[in-house]
Amino acid sequence: MKKLFLAMFAVTALTAGSAVSFSALAAEVNVYSAREENLIKPVLDQFSAQTGIKVNLITAGADELTTRMELEGINSPADLLLTVDVGRLLRAQEMGLLQPVQSDVLESQIPAQYRDSEGHWFGVSLRARVVVYDRARVNPAQLSTYEDLADPKWKGKICVRSSSNIYNQSLSSAMVSHHGVAATEQWARGLVANFARQPQGGDRDQIAAVAIGQCELAIVNTYYLAGMINATSADQRAQAAAVAVFWPNQQGEGLEGRGAHINISGAALSRNAPNKAEAVQLMEFLVSNEAQTWYAEANNEYPVRPGVPVSKTLQSWGEFKADSLALEQLGIHNAEAVRLMDRAGWR
Amino acid sequence: MARAGRHGPLLAIIVLCLLLSVPVLTVFASISNSSDGVWQHLVDTLLWTYIGQSLQLMLGVGVMVLLLGVIPAWLVTMTRFPGSRWLEWALVLPLAIPAYIIAYTYTGMLDVTGPVQGFIRTTFDLRFGDYWFPQIRSMGGAITMLSLVLYPYVYLLSRMAFLEQSVCVLEVSRTLGASPWRAFSRVAVPLARPAIIAGLALVLMETLADYGTVQYFGLSTFTTGIFRTWFGMGSAAAAAQLSAVLMLFILALVLAEQWSRNRARYHHTSTRYSRLPQIELKGGRKIAAMLFCMAPVVFGFLVPFLQLAWWAWDTRHLVDFSVFGTLVFNSLRLAFTAALIALVLGMCISYAKRLQPGMPMRTSVRVLGLGYAVPGTVIAVGVLIPFAWLDNTFDSWMRDQFGIATGLLLSGTLIAVVFAYIVRFLPVAMNTVDAGLGKIKPSMDDAGRSMGLGPWQILRRIHIPMLRGSLLTAALLVFVDVLKELPATLILRPFNFNTLAIRTYELANQERLTEAAASALMIVLAGIIPVIIISLSISASRPGHDKRA
Repeated sequence: MKKLFLAMFAVTALTAGSAVSFSALAAEVNVYSAREENLIKPVLDQFSAQTGIKVNLITAGADELTTRMELEGINSPADLLLTVDVGRLLRAQEMGLLQPVQSDVLESQIPAQYRDSEGHWFGVSLRARVVVYDRARVNPAQLSTYEDLADPKWKGKICVRSSSNIYNQSLSSAMVSHHGVAATEQWARGLVANFARQPQGGDRDQIAAVAIGQCELAIVNTYYLAGMINATSADQRAQAAAVAVFWPNQQGEGLEGRGAHINISGAALSRNAPNKAEAVQLMEFLVSNEAQTWYAEANNEYPVRPGVPVSKTLQSWGEFKADSLALEQLGIHNAEAVRLMDRAGWR
Repeated sequence: MARAGRHGPLLAIIVLCLLLSVPVLTVFASISNSSDGVWQHLVDTLLWTYIGQSLQLMLGVGVMVLLLGVIPAWLVTMTRFPGSRWLEWALVLPLAIPAYIIAYTYTGMLDVTGPVQGFIRTTFDLRFGDYWFPQIRSMGGAITMLSLVLYPYVYLLSRMAFLEQSVCVLEVSRTLGASPWRAFSRVAVPLARPAIIAGLALVLMETLADYGTVQYFGLSTFTTGIFRTWFGMGSAAAAAQLSAVLMLFILALVLAEQWSRNRARYHHTSTRYSRLPQIELKGGRKIAAMLFCMAPVVFGFLVPFLQLAWWAWDTRHLVDFSVFGTLVFNSLRLAFTAALIALVLGMCISYAKRLQPGMPMRTSVRVLGLGYAVPGTVIAVGVLIPFAWLDNTFDSWMRDQFGIATGLLLSGTLIAVVFAYIVRFLPVAMNTVDAGLGKIKPSMDDAGRSMGLGPWQILRRIHIPMLRGSLLTAALLVFVDVLKELPATLILRPFNFNTLAIRTYELANQERLTEAAASALMIVLAGIIPVIIISLSISASRPGHDKRA
């Protein structure tokens, strides 16, 4: 037992010794990222290789990161905040954690719809939430809009994950800004009545459930399906092959043809950024051709920069029209959306 | 002077408790904040669902861990049957598997889209809906998953209690005509009650704090409510208030248990610790005991372990093994450090409580103990607030006085991370040490004092040797808990610092379960070795146990 304790003391001393680190003087940039390490590190490494600027990274949920930034205050080491949805960028802006960026590169490469008009945040990739359907049992001619999913003809046929998920919250927020709270609540009630099962699991689980026949439709983000199509597991590939993508709200007048629901992953400059110049340089790199191509190839997300080629999988789903709703709206209505989903019984 | 000398250390312990309670108190302090009508909304919609489902979950897990923990503990301690030797330590193994990992693996196997149901469908040519199969993602599923990985707390603590029981009381009960099973239910279990309850309390607190499993299974418990309120409605205040309510509920449970224990004492006066007479089981009983003890090991460890191993093998070409060395090293050193500190502090606090069981001491210990029932993310924010405040205050003072900016000295360092571990897991160490300490009769202390020993010497020369098993158990539990810990590490860690748990979570969070398997497997493997070493030393720690035997 004594030896065990001695060993433990040694490790403790070692940890204590390395706990206090001193930052090097070389150029560096500190990133707080809500995108997981394996989905961002390759781009950051590329940036370091090209510029010689060291990138320091912490990943966690966006709300945890913004809470940390807020509490760290003026001494926060954070330069860049990366999130995987626009709502969190807006929340950070509301909390006064961001500062505007003026950059010709960012403004010329990113369409105005996908960045803040004052430069508080910028989209770096697009994430579309679509309907996937069972190829064998659903005639795509029956599909039309998100609104139509609340129609009783789909009773017991729809799978979707929990409303705790941010992408469902964003979709409902978009509905609120198009139709208002009361009509959206009505829609959510209709949708819940059409559920094939209580919401559970992630987006891949919904796709698999369609494939094995538990439901006929599912509402999912496209990159999950792309991930399954390119999975190593033969099961997952087979499940992905059993479903097809339907882009909602493509045809018709007014709201009916407004386009598919889009969210962004984005970047914003911290108000107290100690390495502002390097941070802006990194933001510009994120919309460079090579970084955008990487997003499209490795993550199967849609590039925010027009004209960047997308992966084969994405090409196979064709072109689509995106909802032109100002993304601020998603943030503004998020809390209302959660409340109405609570009331509608969307778990 | 002499008085100050005696009370100085105790005062220091109270101050220490208060210091460690700061995160919990920070969460409580949020009660006064405004929450923009979120509470009214919760009362109108889901609050009762949250409460109902949390209670259901606690009740189910509570009953199941008692069955899976206490009975095997008694069987392997007091009886012999084929496999009882290795089951002694194997029963601890599920502890090494994080709850959300076991949930992911069983879901991967048993869900409608998994291979088991797929096999049923292709073999019998059925479609979905043509056959009945238990729904894994359900309340029952969550209860089973949590129970399978949490019962070792009850097992370890009750086994320790059974090992430390004097053989005399059991012999007395036998001479009074009680059957071995009656001796178990009427003497051994009631005597082991503080230990069993301590284990159960840990399990229930961990159940309430669990987020990964309930979230994945789509349940609406108090924890999912906390995060939905915080992340979905952007109301950190209401989330902290929900957490405070959770802690009050735990406090009520703890007080109720202590009240029901009343003035009962659980130490014994005999010092006869001869080798425990182990009953050799025969026939049907032998088989039944074997199956009953093997089931939790098979389902809580073997099945998920093999599934993870299979997935890891399947995805080996996708996994970057070069980073694993660092990940393992980071996870292990944090776990060692936290286990050691929690052990020393837990022992000091428990001992101080024994010496001075006054109101201030009891209250401060109780508040400190609540940290375990709160979701790690909430506690982490409770750690972040005082650390950031301290750093920023010092920084602005230094700027004003000397024109030097010190920046953040403690926030974002491993010191903050380890502090959070201590706040969260010290209750584990304290509960375990307490349960052991409660069985040492006060006359031992008196004897020590009459021989002129000070409190410090009594601790070192009498209690520590007698508590060896409890101390090892405490260190083991904290070690494995830290190895599995995710949310506090995630938020508080320094730049470019990763652990196995973070790696596993990030891949699982992208719904890449099979790719996450390799690092999940590493958590389990890193946990197994200390689990085996320590559970072997626990069996060797029984007073009177002959080491050469």
